[in-house]
Amino acid sequence: MTLDASSLKVVQATDRRLRRAERSKGASVLLHAALIVASVIAVFPIFWVFVTSLKPDARAVEPTPKLWNESSLDNYTRVLAGEKGDFLAWFGNSVLIALMTTVLGVFISATAGYAASRFRFPGKRGLMMSFLLVQMFPFAVLIVPLYNILIALGLNGTSIGLVLVYCTTAVPFCTYMLKGYFDTVPADIDEAGRVDGLSPFGVFWRLILPLAKPGLAVTSFYAFLTAWGEVAFASAFLSAADESKTLAVGLQVFVQQNRTEWGHLAAASILVAIPAIIVFYLVQRFLVTGLASGAVKG
Amino acid sequence: MRRFLDRYWYAYAMVLPVVVVIAVLVLYPLAQGVFFTFTNINEGNIANPVLDRPASYDVVGFKNYLNVLSGGDSYGAFWGTLVRTLIWTFACVFFHYTIGLGLALLLNRQVRGRSFYRVLLILPWAVPAFISAFAWKYMFNAQYGIINQVLRSVGLPDPVWLGQNNWALVSVIIVNVWLGVPFMMVALLGGLQSIPGDLYEAAEMDGATPWQRFRHVTLPGLRSVSSTVILLGIIWTFNMFPVIYLVAGPNPNARILVTYAFERFFSGASRDYAIASTYGVLILSVLLVFAAAYRRALRKQGEVW
Repeated sequence: MTLDASSLKVVQATDRRLRRAERSKGASVLLHAALIVASVIAVFPIFWVFVTSLKPDARAVEPTPKLWNESSLDNYTRVLAGEKGDFLAWFGNSVLIALMTTVLGVFISATAGYAASRFRFPGKRGLMMSFLLVQMFPFAVLIVPLYNILIALGLNGTSIGLVLVYCTTAVPFCTYMLKGYFDTVPADIDEAGRVDGLSPFGVFWRLILPLAKPGLAVTSFYAFLTAWGEVAFASAFLSAADESKTLAVGLQVFVQQNRTEWGHLAAASILVAIPAIIVFYLVQRFLVTGLASGAVKG
Repeated sequence: MRRFLDRYWYAYAMVLPVVVVIAVLVLYPLAQGVFFTFTNINEGNIANPVLDRPASYDVVGFKNYLNVLSGGDSYGAFWGTLVRTLIWTFACVFFHYTIGLGLALLLNRQVRGRSFYRVLLILPWAVPAFISAFAWKYMFNAQYGIINQVLRSVGLPDPVWLGQNNWALVSVIIVNVWLGVPFMMVALLGGLQSIPGDLYEAAEMDGATPWQRFRHVTLPGLRSVSSTVILLGIIWTFNMFPVIYLVAGPNPNARILVTYAFERFFSGASRDYAIASTYGVLILSVLLVFAAAYRRALRKQGEVW
């Protein structure tokens, strides 16, 4: 018997839908009104930054706000041209660090989550409890000891050191989520794989991971965002040279030096938000199933 | 021993990377951090490898704890700050949960454009926190911020949101509610979709009103997901540093325990690592006590967690 991962589907949660006919016209209007109001509140701050990013600095602080006021793309071209710091280099660093965090963090969370989901072994309970414990300590108070360790390991000032630090933030949550997700993948699949002669690692790699895409999508999203927007560690651990900064650090310095340049700040913010929103858009259809099974079983 | 390894080696091999990373980069620093709370370590006496200066801090016993717990203003007025932290945490998690549940219930219906609404509603989660903080700070500005301009134009009073009064706390709670609702909404939406539809049909058959269906089918169905996300939400909010720090800055009216630890850590003439770590340990203790009580309460109601 051969097993093709793509032919197996994870049991989907039943999608209960009220038939639209049951609802009166008035109720429909109210429902849409509530959703529209909530959506506007959710989107407005970002929209407003976008509007501001097109205005010259002086127009961003007018007594009466306008949507369009001498707006142009000048702020963007100036930020991208590096007039306000080496923006493109920061951008590259951020992409590299965030991607490495995502790949490494999700990979080690996936192996640990799979082991916790499928095997009983001594110390498993302690491990899961310690993940919860790790969330409770204000992590950034650990900067000094972490700094010492990174020096001892020779990783201080390197991006790999920062990636490892971000993994410690992302991994506990990701492991919890992925364990919950793997719990929803029937264990028969593992057994079938073993009968076919795959090793435990082979089962994990060739069968379970492809089936766990929604869970992996959610955890990747989480790990990416953890690394993408972090300020405190990045400013403490990366060298002060301008070209080794991440976006978050660079922008922070920019804010402190140019308090009045709202237009440029807004443009830089939008440029930083775009990659995060792209990643979000790619994974958003998996978010509900991925997060739910993790939280329900976690 | 051999049999033990034979039986478990692949499980351990798969857990090993996580354990190594956590042990080296969390547990060891944590132990060192706890040790710091018994010393007077700060920027001036810590070992500095760049300047090649050895450490010269002393062990001072429980002095840091005594200073902090006596609640003096020069040590961050611990008890007042703790109360503010609790207000902040419970206000945020309450609104996260209720608004998140409300939106999840709406999105769980058959609505035209459902996935479009969902994308828009999750968006606050996708934007890096420091950018949201910037956006809100700009909108909260007392003179030219859009919020006060709108309030003025409809004739309402326009408070100084991020000034030296309690509006500062209200402002950061608003920002954090905005940020945190999407996570709750998505988690609860998933929980709602896993409630079997026949339960609702059966309830309808028995003549249950919508409220009764919500009360006796929906809420119990969401129990396990709710207990997880509420616990996580409380822990995260209690330790939520970026929102307050970036929106309100070192404003004592919006100060919670974590942000004060950061103030001690990053600012001030001598970065006081000892007091910052003491705050860290106290935060950990409060959360541990809370988690134990929460677990006991759940267990009393027959939930095993």
